[in-house]
Amino acid sequence: MSSQLEPIKDPGLPAHVHRKTDTDPKAADRAERQVAAMFGISALGTVLLIVSYVFIPDDVFVFIPIMGNQNAHQLGLGLGMAIALFFIGLGAIHWAKTLMPDQEVVMQRHEFRSPEQDRKDFVDTVKEGAASSGLGRRSLIKKSLGAALGLSALSPILLLRDLGPLPGPEQKMTNWKSGTYLVTDPGDRRIKASDLEVGSVAQVMPEFADPKDRHLDDIAKDALLLIRLRPSEFNLEPDRLAMTHEGIIAFSKICSHMGCAVALYEQTTKHLLCPCHQSTFDVTRAAKVIFGPAARPLPQLDITVDGEGYLIARKPFSEPVGPSFWGREK
Amino acid sequence: MTVEAKLGQVANYVDERTGAAAFLKKSLKKVFPDHWSFLLGEVALYSFVILLLSGTFLTFWFDPSMREVVYEGTYQPLEGVKMSAAYASALHISFEVRGGLLMRQIHHWAALIFMAAIVAHLLRVFFTGAFRKPREGNWIIGVGLLTLGIVEGFLGYSLPDDLLSGTGIRIAEAIIQAIPVVGSYLSYFAFGGVFPGELFIPRIYIVHVLLLPGAFLALITVHLMLVWYQKHTQYPGPGRTEKNVVGYPLMPMYMAKAGGFFFIVFGVTAFLGAVASINPIWLYGPYTPAQISAGSQPDWYMGWLDGLVRMAPPIETYFFGYTVSWNILIPGLIIPGILFTGMALYPFIESWITGDKREHHLLDRPRNAPNRTALGAMSLTFMLVTLINGGNDLIATHFDLSINQIMWGTRIGVFVLPPLAFIITKRLCLSLQRADRELVLHGRETGRLLRMPSGEFVEVHEPISPEKAFILTSHEQLPALDLPAVDARGVKRAGVLKNKLRARLSKANAEAVPKVSADDLKEIESH
Repeated sequence: MSSQLEPIKDPGLPAHVHRKTDTDPKAADRAERQVAAMFGISALGTVLLIVSYVFIPDDVFVFIPIMGNQNAHQLGLGLGMAIALFFIGLGAIHWAKTLMPDQEVVMQRHEFRSPEQDRKDFVDTVKEGAASSGLGRRSLIKKSLGAALGLSALSPILLLRDLGPLPGPEQKMTNWKSGTYLVTDPGDRRIKASDLEVGSVAQVMPEFADPKDRHLDDIAKDALLLIRLRPSEFNLEPDRLAMTHEGIIAFSKICSHMGCAVALYEQTTKHLLCPCHQSTFDVTRAAKVIFGPAARPLPQLDITVDGEGYLIARKPFSEPVGPSFWGREK
Repeated sequence: MTVEAKLGQVANYVDERTGAAAFLKKSLKKVFPDHWSFLLGEVALYSFVILLLSGTFLTFWFDPSMREVVYEGTYQPLEGVKMSAAYASALHISFEVRGGLLMRQIHHWAALIFMAAIVAHLLRVFFTGAFRKPREGNWIIGVGLLTLGIVEGFLGYSLPDDLLSGTGIRIAEAIIQAIPVVGSYLSYFAFGGVFPGELFIPRIYIVHVLLLPGAFLALITVHLMLVWYQKHTQYPGPGRTEKNVVGYPLMPMYMAKAGGFFFIVFGVTAFLGAVASINPIWLYGPYTPAQISAGSQPDWYMGWLDGLVRMAPPIETYFFGYTVSWNILIPGLIIPGILFTGMALYPFIESWITGDKREHHLLDRPRNAPNRTALGAMSLTFMLVTLINGGNDLIATHFDLSINQIMWGTRIGVFVLPPLAFIITKRLCLSLQRADRELVLHGRETGRLLRMPSGEFVEVHEPISPEKAFILTSHEQLPALDLPAVDARGVKRAGVLKNKLRARLSKANAEAVPKVSADDLKEIESH
């Protein structure tokens, strides 16, 4: 505390120690030359930048140890710019440290608190102003003003309404309908069960009359993973097993956690792993979550084949694909 | 005419038209304390300027549109691939605009440095107690700038619309959707319908280049004006008091140093942009929701958030048919909300605990505020554990570890390690205080051994300099608040629990090794 007796007295600011450049004119001249040399190097940097811009074509590569092959044009521009800027800074600081007065200066702080009289006057003024406006007494004005201000704040919210449509049924639907053909992605070719070897995995899409109509919005909910196992490797409830075809099982590729593409399939363990947050799904148990933050299995698509043996969806997904949302179960 | 005379004429010209002589005279003589740790905030400021300059360059070619185009540029591997105009123009900047890749890399490096400098500056301000009265407001502005910086950085690396950035946006959309009741509505409004739609790139573009930079400019201006008006804090030392500022005047010393430092920061950033590849978007390919690259990582300042989301338990609850995704809400919104609110309010919390309502312009040595320092170490440990988990896939592949074990390690570590860090740091601070006390009382060890006539060996101690002794003893040690449950008139105080909590916190906060007193010194002398 301030009243506490300080054991050691403040010895005060240490005496200023002169630098060599303060006392020796030769050292000062030397420092000046050093600063000028740094500014000179900076100028050379700009020259390097100009030369690189004009004379080095942008398809020339040079090998630089550690960094490997580097685009010479880009490197010349960057290094020139770096040298030009860095040495201006270095020169300025060297100038300040050697030649500008380095005596520390003491300045007094002003108190933020105003004198008592001013503070009192200020408070009085505020009170007087508030009183003379009648805001305290005339409660009708106060209340109606509050209501008007509050209501007027609604207008920007209302005007922003057209940022997007209201969530509709499309939020829960995909382009998978009964009888939709599974097609390769890329390629858009129909698939036969025999096209898929045991142990392999493929990404497929629902067939579009014109593949050009397939936009990112469609891919974001339609992407499907086909995985083929030996039927004996499954460990499924009968109703789930009935949704597979000759060991081929189909899951939504959109993670049930945050919607990333569940793209990593580990053949030996038959696990699907989402690279975003490492949710791990067991393919043999209908994509049950066995690790990570996902709370739900990947939705499974009921598949079968048509008369010619091409894979089709028997039914649409029975639940929305992708991350959870408030009204998902409704 | 000499340079001095010319500048004098300029000063005259300015004053005759503005009458600013008195103000400018005072300003040019304004004193700034000098310390390396005061440069951290400057690095952030200069990085911001670099971001404005390099970002403006990029806008001349960037096309913020999700219109589908077929790539026909010089980068062969993507020849003929369908992509958004945004991604195509980002490739154009990288491969065909001369200096474009350099500017993109400078922009990205500057953003990383900007965030790193803000965090380092925040830690300096926190650990030295620079946020105390009268600077609480500026602390809150700083926390606001940090938060905006995280958002701005995220939007920035989402703009090129490559595979990595689209994945980040997808995750952001999942977080928005997880908000109870209104989540789907907010998501539909933000994206103009279902994800991804065709609107979000132009929308986040205008937020990234206009809205947030405008907010930054306003907040940074107020931040700096407050530093100017309230004057900078200084470290304790001989001749430095709560009532003065010791340092160098703005003109010429500080101007030259700060101006020079700007060029050094710019030079280093340009060097990084020249030699260190960052965010090579052409390797990721255009965004499509059905693909992803293994090892997808956000920029470092988002890593802790990603790590939190990764370690969350798989909990979702359903009531009346409605879904609440706790596995997203807790790590994605609730914990960050608590952390940032707590950080913003910390100056008020600390002053409530200590009961100290005075102005402070002298900084604390971190050891002399053990509780605060320990709290800082605890928060840092929390962030570090979550950040490590954010990179768990890369750690697993690089060090040949099991990703499940890393995840479980951090899941447990995030609860165990921060309190441990608190306890260890607090003990360390108290030990350092004890060492300071020893140093003042018995001097420093010289390493010279003396053999006494009795055959005993003793080490010679030398008294430390008066300047050093002053630094080690000039801090104040506040006693704990005395908050009995009943007041002087025997009436029970209101808010018993709150009072008890405050008394306990205050007691913990006041724990210290008593600093050397005048009596201690007298006693030593009499030996």
